[in-house]
Amino acid sequence: MYAIEMVGINKHFGNLQANKDIHFSLQSGEIHALLGENGAGKTTLMRILYGLYRPDSGEILVNGQKTSILSPKDAIQAGIGMVTQHFTLVPTLTVAENVVLGYTHSQLVSQKDIEAKVKAASEKFGIHVDPSVMVKYLSVGERQRVEILKALYRNAKVLIMDEPTAVLVPQEVDALFESLLKLVKTGLSVIFISHKLNEVMAVCDQITVLRDGQVTGTVKKSATTQVDLAKMMVGRDTSGISRQIEHKIGKPIYEVKDLNALSNQGLKTLKGVSFTLHRGEILGIAGVSGNGQSELTKVLTGLLIPTSGSVFMDGQDLTHASPSTITKAGVGRTPEDRHEGMIGDLTVAENLAMEDLDKYTHNGFLDQKAIVKDAEKKIADFQIKASPTDALRKLSGGNIQKVVMARALSRNPKVVIASQPTRGLDVGATEYIRKKLLEERNRGAAVLLLSEDLDEVLALSDRIAVIYEGCIRGILPVSEATAEKLGLLMAGTC
Amino acid sequence: MFKYKIVRASAPVWMRTLIPIVAILLSFLITSIFVIIAGANPLAAFYNFLIVPLSSQSSALEVLVKSTPLILTGIAVTFAFTAGYFNIGAEGQLYAGAIAAVWIGINFPQLPSIAILPMMIVGGFLAGVLWALIPALLKVYLKIDEVVTTLLMNSIIMYFVSYLLNDYWRNPQSGYPQSPDISAAAHFVRLIPKSRLHLGFIMALLVVVIVYFLIKRTPLGLRMRASGANAAGARFAGINVSRTMLTAALVTGGIAGLAGMGEIAGIHFHLIEALSSSYGYTGIIAATLGGLHPLGVALAAVFIGLISTGSQTVSLALGVPVYLGDIVQATLLLVTLGMLLLQNYRIERR
Ligand SMILES: Nc1ncnc2c1ncn2[C@@H]1O[C@H](COP(=O)(O)OP(=O)(O)O)[C@@H](O)[C@H]1O
Ligand SMILES: [Mg+2]
Repeated sequence: MYAIEMVGINKHFGNLQANKDIHFSLQSGEIHALLGENGAGKTTLMRILYGLYRPDSGEILVNGQKTSILSPKDAIQAGIGMVTQHFTLVPTLTVAENVVLGYTHSQLVSQKDIEAKVKAASEKFGIHVDPSVMVKYLSVGERQRVEILKALYRNAKVLIMDEPTAVLVPQEVDALFESLLKLVKTGLSVIFISHKLNEVMAVCDQITVLRDGQVTGTVKKSATTQVDLAKMMVGRDTSGISRQIEHKIGKPIYEVKDLNALSNQGLKTLKGVSFTLHRGEILGIAGVSGNGQSELTKVLTGLLIPTSGSVFMDGQDLTHASPSTITKAGVGRTPEDRHEGMIGDLTVAENLAMEDLDKYTHNGFLDQKAIVKDAEKKIADFQIKASPTDALRKLSGGNIQKVVMARALSRNPKVVIASQPTRGLDVGATEYIRKKLLEERNRGAAVLLLSEDLDEVLALSDRIAVIYEGCIRGILPVSEATAEKLGLLMAGTC
Repeated sequence: MFKYKIVRASAPVWMRTLIPIVAILLSFLITSIFVIIAGANPLAAFYNFLIVPLSSQSSALEVLVKSTPLILTGIAVTFAFTAGYFNIGAEGQLYAGAIAAVWIGINFPQLPSIAILPMMIVGGFLAGVLWALIPALLKVYLKIDEVVTTLLMNSIIMYFVSYLLNDYWRNPQSGYPQSPDISAAAHFVRLIPKSRLHLGFIMALLVVVIVYFLIKRTPLGLRMRASGANAAGARFAGINVSRTMLTAALVTGGIAGLAGMGEIAGIHFHLIEALSSSYGYTGIIAATLGGLHPLGVALAAVFIGLISTGSQTVSLALGVPVYLGDIVQATLLLVTLGMLLLQNYRIERR
């Protein structure tokens, strides 16, 4: 008997189908991984199970019974608990208060009483936290334990954990796995979401792989390997772009040496990254997300200061340069997340002009006419569906990305940093952006392409590197790079 | 169970212009309850609030007199909020400007108007900047929340004013806690005879126009709007967000300082503790109600000036407490804030 069965689940967000006819079954007492790249639809599927989203169609069975789950309350009643990517604890309340919050029936709460209850629960489940401390004094790992305890206290029989290891340091990851293994022995079933192959192989019994909102397969751990999983995860049908004939690479222009950097949480995320970009080449950096791509992008675009290492362009030291210095040096910078790099409340024209305010200033005033005129030209050149005075936030993702590209590329940069340039875009916009990147290369620019989409990297790059846990592994010419080879590198198995 | 959901969506233009009007109507509806509790007829009250002050020339001009400092504090707050700096300290910065203006006005009795008034304007502005400096530096370099620090600076300066009036400037004969008068040359001229409307009103309007162009037409304004709307995006585009915020955080103090200077040179001619009737805080209401658009803020300031003039008329005519005016203002703020929050959401079927 299955603890949970999800049958034929479909979910659209506007035109985007996040879940396509998904069938997913969880056996009692197992740890079942939901594996997939960013945007594959994992979180969406689990939010449906937890009653946060309504599916367009499909059914949910709990212990073989058809159950309608319309809100988290229903989910909790059905014995389902969820630990989300972003924690939901109240920092200024104690652990005990957080655990019982919304789950006590009495109006008066005695501190002592609930602390005793929570302590008992913590001992019963083997999850060690001090019930009397305020949550704000806890580390991320401890907070996660409180979240788990909170779910178990509500009699969860099925625990959903959405990328629980993303925020943890390695020791905390080990402790989490230990707890989970202990808990399943007592009859708990766990859905473990991840995009990291080694973790999935370390702790799960069964693995379901999602890609582009569809299930690409469910396999037993004992019957698979990391390489096979990597293939199931990233190997989509090849995209429309076919490679051009061999192309001659020029002189070196941009040199990154031994970069080290910390993440926002202070974890060592970039570990000795080195590579060289040449004129007229695209260097693709493949890798499953969360392996240091964001930090690398931030360092190269001037948003993050590396702890050591250097970045040189044509002999100019850009290691500690500000974003505007980097732009002026001739680097076309695009942000990893277009919403973080652009300003939705300002107009398209203002966003396009933002890097060149000096050029548009006459006698202390902005030359609005010139700003709008230049914007009109860029809008035409890049086929952006918008008018210069539209607020940027009104545009579709594809058009916003074209604005990003227009701003970076219309200065004819010598080096282009393109990070996840087509993430979340429809086919048309994706093709367009890829064509533009090839044009830049053919013009003689050096392009760094960071992408989670292996096919994109394979289709566009002249050389390919893989980033894994903050290290660059093996830079291969594209002629030697096969999906299998890269899959192995991405999985960190060689 | 949940058939509808709430989604984020930005409001269309017609809705944003409608918001202040609906807010005003709603506030009057809510305040009617208090008017009735106070034992008066709401219609009569609002007639006295809104119509009576405008029905004679002298009281209409008095509305403008009341609005003058509000326009300046409202614009000061607008300037800061646009850049994402939440200055709650306009009240203190106003007093800083007033102290400087009084000091200059007392100590240079031989100077003619043409010399001393510009000195007082510059001095008032710089004193406001200086008073805004500490919270601004704390915010930009140490990320300490400016809402708290600017607010606390208000209390500090009130104690300083109290010291000045009871010690440094204390009149040994009368013993009143009030500074000596500034020289006659340091008075703003009256714009219309037999009214209190003074040159400060023109100064305020000038500031409105200057700030309008600064925000909408200059690179600094664009940098401020960008930093205020999305600091990460502004930083990515190469804008020095810290420096932009610092500029905004200082200029806002200067503008608020001008409000204090204007009250000294135009109305009081000496420093007293009750120089401002919370103009610094009411400026936040004006800025919010005016949608952070300089022209809208000026209109909102005049409207609030009308209400506070009206509250005296109401109280005289109907025997209700003057505090009714405060209640109207406070309700107005709450309703406007509520509507501004809600305008970014829309209810949709699931
Ligand atoms: N609330 C939402 N509105 C619109 N699109 C969404 C929403 N939530 C997720 N998506 C989109 O659905 C797709 C799947 O997202 P998600 O389930 O979060 O993926 P994962 O958790 O596997 O990374 C993505 O393209 C994402 O942008
Ligand atoms: Mg997710």
